Amino acid sequence: MDWIQQAVQTVIGDWGGALMKGALVTMQISFGAFAIGLVIGLTVALIKMTGNGPLRALANGYTTVCRAVPELLLILLLYYAGSDLINAIAGLFGHGPVEVNGFMAAVVVLGIVQGAYAAEIIRGAVQAIPHGHIEAAKAFGCRRGFIVRRIILPEMMPYALAGLSNLWLVLIKDSALISVVGYNELLFTTKQAAGSTREYLLFYLSVAAIYLAVTLLSNAVFGRFERNFSRWMPAN
Amino acid sequence: MHFEWASTYGHVLLQGLLITIELLLLSGFFGFLLALLVGFGRLSKQPVIAWLSLSFTNLIRGTPLLVQIYVLYYGVGSLFVGFPAVRDSFLWPYLREGFWYVVVALTLSVGGYVGEVIKGGLRGVPKGELEAARALGMSRLLMIRRIWLPRAIQILLPSLAGESVGLLKSTALASTVAVMDVLGAANLVRAQTFRTYEPLLVIAITYLVLALLIERVFRRLELRIPVRGAL
Repeated sequence: MDWIQQAVQTVIGDWGGALMKGALVTMQISFGAFAIGLVIGLTVALIKMTGNGPLRALANGYTTVCRAVPELLLILLLYYAGSDLINAIAGLFGHGPVEVNGFMAAVVVLGIVQGAYAAEIIRGAVQAIPHGHIEAAKAFGCRRGFIVRRIILPEMMPYALAGLSNLWLVLIKDSALISVVGYNELLFTTKQAAGSTREYLLFYLSVAAIYLAVTLLSNAVFGRFERNFSRWMPAN
Repeated sequence: MHFEWASTYGHVLLQGLLITIELLLLSGFFGFLLALLVGFGRLSKQPVIAWLSLSFTNLIRGTPLLVQIYVLYYGVGSLFVGFPAVRDSFLWPYLREGFWYVVVALTLSVGGYVGEVIKGGLRGVPKGELEAARALGMSRLLMIRRIWLPRAIQILLPSLAGESVGLLKSTALASTVAVMDVLGAANLVRAQTFRTYEPLLVIAITYLVLALLIERVFRRLELRIPVRGAL
């Protein structure tokens, strides 16, 4: 029983605070990336459904590439390319190289990657709306923006929710990839803890437990959402 | 953009591509076998087996693959170092390298994700077909082998194509534990040539081509299954 006490002391006593902080950063990154992913997804889905030729080709290319290329590779590419781009823009305006905010970079990069999946989910959900509803709105003389805001968005939510909750879980897990580019989130903190205490198995199992707790909790929350939303679904 | 490094480092990337494909095929094969067990286990009437399979899928799907790889490679791997018996055994060359840890991690991961997919497919086979098999006097094993599983896989081919592309993307994580897969090779080239983007862009296209190839193979398989037209 002695080693259990010691393990608890090492993980919670010595590193508990740092791990909590890391978990918080992971949640913040995931929330931010989810929001950006939703905005990108919504835009791209609308372009795919209504846009003109070249714009639609661009949207299709974006979703194809982001869904076929490994997330880790995309994160590496976007992380470096993004920081270079910002520096180039800063250079144009006569500034020296700027320190790229690691947090914002992580959020934006993950958001761009997730946007492709969100676009497909949203497109599927919008297409599940009975066409008559949109025609009815048009017949009443509603303008396009109004139809999107008042008919399409609320009506697609129940259809999109299952996919989006899945996407949120994927996002929490993908946020661990940010540790590879060296931003200090949950897994990166764990790496440091494991390296400095040499308790590799203990710390990696602990962090697995933390991720598991977050995903199981998210599942429960989304399950409740889904029950709430499904009340509005047509009975079949 | 400069690509003159390609002539000197091309073979490094090719070797990496080979490792990536090895990872894909090995973990795809073993993972599928595990997924079959998990899929049937999820539908088992034995509460213990059903619970075990459910916990396994929850555990695998609830934690990042990168963490799983670290648990195996750094965590379990560091345990092996402490045993001289293991270090002297013939297994040591395998236990020292990241490759086999990644194969195990990917196999478990496929078992969890695809197991859940297979469960859905097994459920999707019309009851009447299974009853017909039983009425013909097939034993349970024969029914599974000849009717239930083939029909489920047939239903699942499109999702299995998606899961295979997902597995291809997951193999890229091998580079985080010093395996020289195609991404690891690209990182090596980047370090030696000081070119940040070009190697990454080249292998991004490689992954894209591989993903398209996988989808084409599965579409071939789908076409090979005769579909009876609606009456």
